[in-house]
Amino acid sequence: MSTLPISTDDSPTFLTELIFRLKVKDAMTREVITARRTDPLRDLQLLMREHQISGIPIVEGPRLLGIVSMDDVIRALDEGRIDEPAGDHMSRQVIVLEDDMPLSFGISSMDKYRFGRFPVLSKEKQLVGIITSRDILVALLVEFNREAERLEDDIPSRPTDDSYRREYRVRKYDFELAGKPTSDIKKRLKEAGLHPKLIRRVAVASYELEMNQVVHSEGGTIAVRLNPQQVEIIAIDNGPGIPDVEQALEEGYSTATEWVRSLGFGAGMGLPNARRVSDDFEISTGSHGTSVRCRFALPEHQTEEDSHATQ
Amino acid sequence: MRLSEIKDALGLEILLGSPDCEIAGAYTSDLLSDVMAHANEGDALITIQAHNNTVAVASHVDAPAIIICSNRPIPESMTDAAHEHDIVLCRTELNQFQVSGIIYAALR
Repeated sequence: MSTLPISTDDSPTFLTELIFRLKVKDAMTREVITARRTDPLRDLQLLMREHQISGIPIVEGPRLLGIVSMDDVIRALDEGRIDEPAGDHMSRQVIVLEDDMPLSFGISSMDKYRFGRFPVLSKEKQLVGIITSRDILVALLVEFNREAERLEDDIPSRPTDDSYRREYRVRKYDFELAGKPTSDIKKRLKEAGLHPKLIRRVAVASYELEMNQVVHSEGGTIAVRLNPQQVEIIAIDNGPGIPDVEQALEEGYSTATEWVRSLGFGAGMGLPNARRVSDDFEISTGSHGTSVRCRFALPEHQTEEDSHATQ
Repeated sequence: MRLSEIKDALGLEILLGSPDCEIAGAYTSDLLSDVMAHANEGDALITIQAHNNTVAVASHVDAPAIIICSNRPIPESMTDAAHEHDIVLCRTELNQFQVSGIIYAALR
């Protein structure tokens, strides 16, 4: 993603996957130290010292009103206003994250806004956590360790050549090249001896997601991952996000332009089709982009040769 | 059924591929996502969508042939794509309804 401050092109695919797979809620601190707007700043200063934190959200019930940072406290001390209520000194324009956003959004927000912390809100706009760059690092390290352990466990039983991964770039409005990634993926799955019916399901999902990126997004990538257990199609685009995912998952809902429709696309069936053929379907979206993951289970011994052999 | 069996009834102009192409059925739609969702393997695709994305869709659902209706002009990029994906490309003056009716009757 172009907005990500780290280059994902050359980084290990595991890292790239991780920052998209982990959600903000997986990394955030859930026990948030908060204050009310009537609390004197002095109390907040003590809270900061006691808990070693650099910012405190000001709330009314579950609702976020603003945030007071260490800078605000220092300034109030300078000006001799430390006994005034927190509400008079808080920033009201607070950049927040949503708990369901991929961690990548958190990382790019850190880079973009240079704030030390972001309050995290639920879909219902309630304060559910707070996230700092330290939280993100810790979450990534924990997950890295887990993955490393898993890899160590797997090495003896798993030859390295039975996992396949490939990523394709998809460009906005590039109808000429559209379909090439899916053709390529199909070919690869055929070579792997997968059942034609399964290949077709994967192709439907892959093509629909590809066309979605061509028609609706600023461009993105389609990745395929194949291992003995499953096939995955992972589509990640660079925005602008889907305003109403529930609606987009309903058949017939479309935001496509007239000329896109005239080509036979934009019938509002893309996401529903992709979801229908998948064994497991995940989607997350925000203004930074949309990521979709379709999983297809590989029943054991369901390759073409095997099904012939049992006939 | 072979395309050659309905070639005359449809006034079919076979632009690419062999009239010996076998079709198991047919699916009529101009919505490519609808084709992705409902066409069966072996179906001929009856449509007025004359562009290379139609070929991609046909290929993904394993449709062996595309029948372009109402004599719509076919761009070179579509012929190239059909060649690449080994899909039979035909055209007729008849519209989708007429083509569907004739093929439906012939298959019964």
